Amino acid sequence: MGLTQQSTGVAAMKDVFLVKGQGSNDCIIALAGNPNTGKSTVFNSLTGLKQHTGNWPGKTVKNAQGHYAYKDKKYILVDLPGTYSLHANSAEEEVARDFICFGKSKVIVVVVDATCLERNLNLVLQILEITKKVVVCVNLMDEAKKKKINVDLEKLSNLLGVSVIGTNARNGKGLVKLKEVISKVALKKEKDSFNKINYNDSLEKGIEIVEAAVKGRVEDRVNSRWLSLRLLEDNNKIAESFKKHLNINLKENDDLNCRINEAQKYFLENKISQNEIKDNIVTCIIKKAEKIGQEVTTFKNANYNQFDRTIDNILTSKIYGIPIMLAMLGIVFWVTIQGANYPSQLLAKGFFWIEGQLTIFFVSSGLPAWLHGILVLGMYRTVAWVISVMLPPMAIFFPLFTLLEDSGYLPRVAFNLDNYFKKACAHGKQALTMCMGFGCNAAGIISCRIIDSPRERLIAIITNNFVPCNGRFPTLIALASIFIASSMGAWQSVGATLSVLMVIVLGVGITLVVSRILSKTILKGLPSSFTLELPSYRKPQIGRVIVRSIFDRTLFVLARAISVAAPAGMIIWLIANINVGGISVLNHCAGLVDPFAQLFGMDGFILMAFILGLPANEIVIPILIMSYMSTGAMLELGSMDDLRQLFLQNGWSWLTAVCTMLFVLNHFPCATTLLTIRKETQSWKWTAISFIIPTITGIILCFIVAQSVRLLGLI
Amino acid sequence: MKEKFIPLHLMPIGSTGKVRNLLAKDDARRRMLDLGLISDTFVEALRKSPSGDPIAYQIRGAVIALRSEEASNIMVEMV
Repeated sequence: MGLTQQSTGVAAMKDVFLVKGQGSNDCIIALAGNPNTGKSTVFNSLTGLKQHTGNWPGKTVKNAQGHYAYKDKKYILVDLPGTYSLHANSAEEEVARDFICFGKSKVIVVVVDATCLERNLNLVLQILEITKKVVVCVNLMDEAKKKKINVDLEKLSNLLGVSVIGTNARNGKGLVKLKEVISKVALKKEKDSFNKINYNDSLEKGIEIVEAAVKGRVEDRVNSRWLSLRLLEDNNKIAESFKKHLNINLKENDDLNCRINEAQKYFLENKISQNEIKDNIVTCIIKKAEKIGQEVTTFKNANYNQFDRTIDNILTSKIYGIPIMLAMLGIVFWVTIQGANYPSQLLAKGFFWIEGQLTIFFVSSGLPAWLHGILVLGMYRTVAWVISVMLPPMAIFFPLFTLLEDSGYLPRVAFNLDNYFKKACAHGKQALTMCMGFGCNAAGIISCRIIDSPRERLIAIITNNFVPCNGRFPTLIALASIFIASSMGAWQSVGATLSVLMVIVLGVGITLVVSRILSKTILKGLPSSFTLELPSYRKPQIGRVIVRSIFDRTLFVLARAISVAAPAGMIIWLIANINVGGISVLNHCAGLVDPFAQLFGMDGFILMAFILGLPANEIVIPILIMSYMSTGAMLELGSMDDLRQLFLQNGWSWLTAVCTMLFVLNHFPCATTLLTIRKETQSWKWTAISFIIPTITGIILCFIVAQSVRLLGLI
Repeated sequence: MKEKFIPLHLMPIGSTGKVRNLLAKDDARRRMLDLGLISDTFVEALRKSPSGDPIAYQIRGAVIALRSEEASNIMVEMV
């Protein structure tokens, strides 16, 4: 069977590495690099807002693509996941390696950190083993200058044999030159020539044995020396990738198998173990990186990182580290809650004015009342509610949090807290994803991408819902103030704050316990690893942070929430307004679940409010008010006192409030979050587990509390 | 000779050691090597986290925090 280029090459790749919006003349550029090198800044500066993100097909790895024009030609930039190496077979590394090997990119731009060149060269050299269509972009040149580190770019270019451009993507320095060089390299027709890293004699001998057979198999599609090395180190994943992308089954080739066996026999005879082969490969590359690094870099100031160390002495100190961290997070939350109040009211006012106008329009044009009900009182009001409660806090919280992220502080938080998470078999970075969860659980779950170990990432995703998000805070605060702290007089606000704080502490406690249980049970087999880089502190780019956090996080989450809230709003209105035997469907349902809900210290209406509040936690209380007042649409009461009276009339006690608060903390994630979990894990199974675990936790907790309070006769 | 080597997590803060032997296997070993922890690499213990673990190390120009479980698989010679 003749394997044509058509069936094995480009066409076969097409569906796997789908590059959007590509015209026939467009040029694909891949962007590779270590994490923390400013790679995403380079990406953003080159593409501006012309980008979109998603996942790699079938992977939980983020895929960002964007495009820019240079001299009338369109360049599509594919941002590969940030990795230190292509060796270790994590999901990120596999995606990056496969795209470099099999993707259709004309040029690979490798972004490296000028202040930490030697370490970054490891990846550069690994990529150069695969292809020479490389442009090295030495970023953070200004920072290097500040630290009195000098990088000889010309020498580096000579040593590597490829173009090297110095940039400072933060202020756009060097990017025009970068585009120019990319276009030149893309046009070059020359064959890939190999930047040779010399391995020790026995390994070279091994390569010699297999390379000819490898070449016969893959021809010019992949560098044969590189592939020989991968086969000698017995890399199974590589064979899988070849099957997937080029439809070449390396293992089925007798000649090749024979050669590999011969090489392995040779290694055995010379007493070289498989581990030694792998060690030798890595060691040779790192030694070469070291040599090149030392040749091109000069440190004029031996204590160039003194500044970072001084700050770290304070921010990670034994005494101040954790208090400073709590204070910073406290400020972020306080600013968010306080700052969101006024814009929220303003938005609500605006939306309800529009609702009034819509109603006038519906009435005057003689449209039926039920249509007005479904569209305006149902759909419009729910969407308006969700936007006015969700948007302001997110628009404040996310930029603040992104500022902390951008400055380099967040990895220090993970460093400070890792030990506690380690005891729960989780990753220190989970502290960060939980903080993000306070803003919005969906955003918290997206942020779990920063956890590079698969098991710990899943733990963080599944347990994220145990931290109350912005949508649940107001409910907790309201219930705490009107039921728990109401008898405290002047101390009411203190009492309410303390009760909410207790709920948060409980949430964190449950997170840690559940994390540990998950790790020991259903997630037992998944791989786990821990390394945490503490990058240099950097002055955050305030303008860019605001734009990016609004686009990447706020609007993204909001759009997803609206898409769920709109249909849900119609359903809520329908079941509250369709009457069967004189009673609304909602009341029938509430009556049905009431005995069940009573077991957990709640009533049927509360449970129904939680169920109907699936699209967004913000609407749980409005739905509850709607049901108690037997009105057909969601509404809010003027004052806390009215709310208290309404709840008391409907048989609430402090126990009802406590159980409801517990259930607010521990119940199924909202629909937006569930969709996000599905997207991030690519699995309905983990989505279902993320739904079940908090719900069961809530039911058990409420049951225990309600039953023991009743047994002890406290109520 | 061997007694002179200590596991990295026991190296006092502020001191520097030279990597002598990696005890980790397979993927974990590969990750350590990719961090640049090959033989003869200098590693400086920078600071402990407030609770004593993990510890931040200066490795080839980068600051990397390692948990004691991982660092204990890296044998170093104090210099």
